[in-house]
Amino acid sequence: MLKNRIIPCLDVKNGRVVKGINFIELKDAGDPVEQAKIYSDGGADEICFLDITASNENRETIIDIVRKTAKECFVPLTVGGGVRTIQNITDLLLAGADKVSINTAAVKDINFVKEASKKFGSQCIVVAIDAKKVSENKWEVFTHGGRNKTGIDAVEFAKQVETNGAGEILLTSMDRDGTKSGYDVELLKVITDSTNIPVIASGGVGTLDHLHDGIVKGGASAVLAASIFHYGEFKIKEAKEYLKSKNVSVRL
Amino acid sequence: MNVTIVDYQSGNISSVINSFTEAAKGKVKLEVTSDINKIKSSDKIVLPGQGSFKSCADSLNSIDGLVDTLKDFAIMNKKPLLGICVGLQMFADIGFEEAETKGLGWIAGKVSKIDNQNGKFKLPHIGWNEIDIQKESKIFKDIKNKSHMYFVHSYEFVPQDNSVISATTDYSSKIVCAVEKDNLFGTQFHPEKSDKTGLKIIDNFLKL
Repeated sequence: MLKNRIIPCLDVKNGRVVKGINFIELKDAGDPVEQAKIYSDGGADEICFLDITASNENRETIIDIVRKTAKECFVPLTVGGGVRTIQNITDLLLAGADKVSINTAAVKDINFVKEASKKFGSQCIVVAIDAKKVSENKWEVFTHGGRNKTGIDAVEFAKQVETNGAGEILLTSMDRDGTKSGYDVELLKVITDSTNIPVIASGGVGTLDHLHDGIVKGGASAVLAASIFHYGEFKIKEAKEYLKSKNVSVRL
Repeated sequence: MNVTIVDYQSGNISSVINSFTEAAKGKVKLEVTSDINKIKSSDKIVLPGQGSFKSCADSLNSIDGLVDTLKDFAIMNKKPLLGICVGLQMFADIGFEEAETKGLGWIAGKVSKIDNQNGKFKLPHIGWNEIDIQKESKIFKDIKNKSHMYFVHSYEFVPQDNSVISATTDYSSKIVCAVEKDNLFGTQFHPEKSDKTGLKIIDNFLKL
């Protein structure tokens, strides 16, 4: 039976791990390579790096981190943040990333998703959708860390990225991100119901119950969290044991 | 011992290189190449593969003499070869991803899309799944039944002769996830991404 995945995410800025509260206030807490190794040894099913520097001058920093991490961690590694060109993807994959996550560039031009999945295979193309609730049962896609409104309906966009070859969707609720109040389960449910590719839930985890809700109520194939693992509130293994005790199948 | 990872533009092979480097720990000489002469003089070959059946088959065929060299190595000279993911699928006679495409024809069978029961199962099949070992395989030495392996694929290898199947996994139906036929080994899952258990499988192959 396929297991539900637990994915710790490391937000990286200028080579250091940070985690924002609603993407604004940043705290510094460590070396990304070391953190990734701790997670992988602790049973993380995948590791995700989100490069929030993402200015062109600093691309080399994240590539170097990916290169070092890939030599020590033998679980899948996803890297996102500032992935805008085919060359960006090539550089990350050559450094040892297994998947890349595309956000703004996918919203700007859906053909980029098509081109990338055609060239590298759907298995390594994740589209990150940042969505915000705009009215009852309606969510809109935002870009630039939640600052820019796009007018695009999140459900329609999710269907579109599937059609264009994305292998997975990383769905972040911008209303919940950094709040520790739990995933937006309604949003998750509507997206997992309207697509046939795996959806990774993101944004808002504060308790282990939230992970459970993302999978059981939201239908997510994988759950991503940052701060609850990063600040040592919970170990990956504790999260998995908790989920197992609630009859959610995980790799232990 | 010389082990060659065949670099035939079949997608991202960085993780394969990293994990084999880790498992080899300097004891085995690893080459990453599509050079025919280097392949000929290797003791073992790893055939990775990502993307579609068609794109991998096209890439294999686009390198002059590669398919014949691999055939001499694995079929005539019966030296160990490990196919990973679409690399395993290449063993088949035929594949149906993108377009009907001929495979290497080393193990009779076809590669077709996983039946996801009208959307009940999401595709690709991504993540960690348990393997059910069907027969003893040299690369499963010290691997426990029901070990977790990392998968990412939408197509499955369906061999004609079930006796080649060394492991299956459960996703909508029983999917063939490892084969062994004489000196030919293949895994649908990614040992290079399957943590310590995966490294052990790689180590087993290197120690053959």
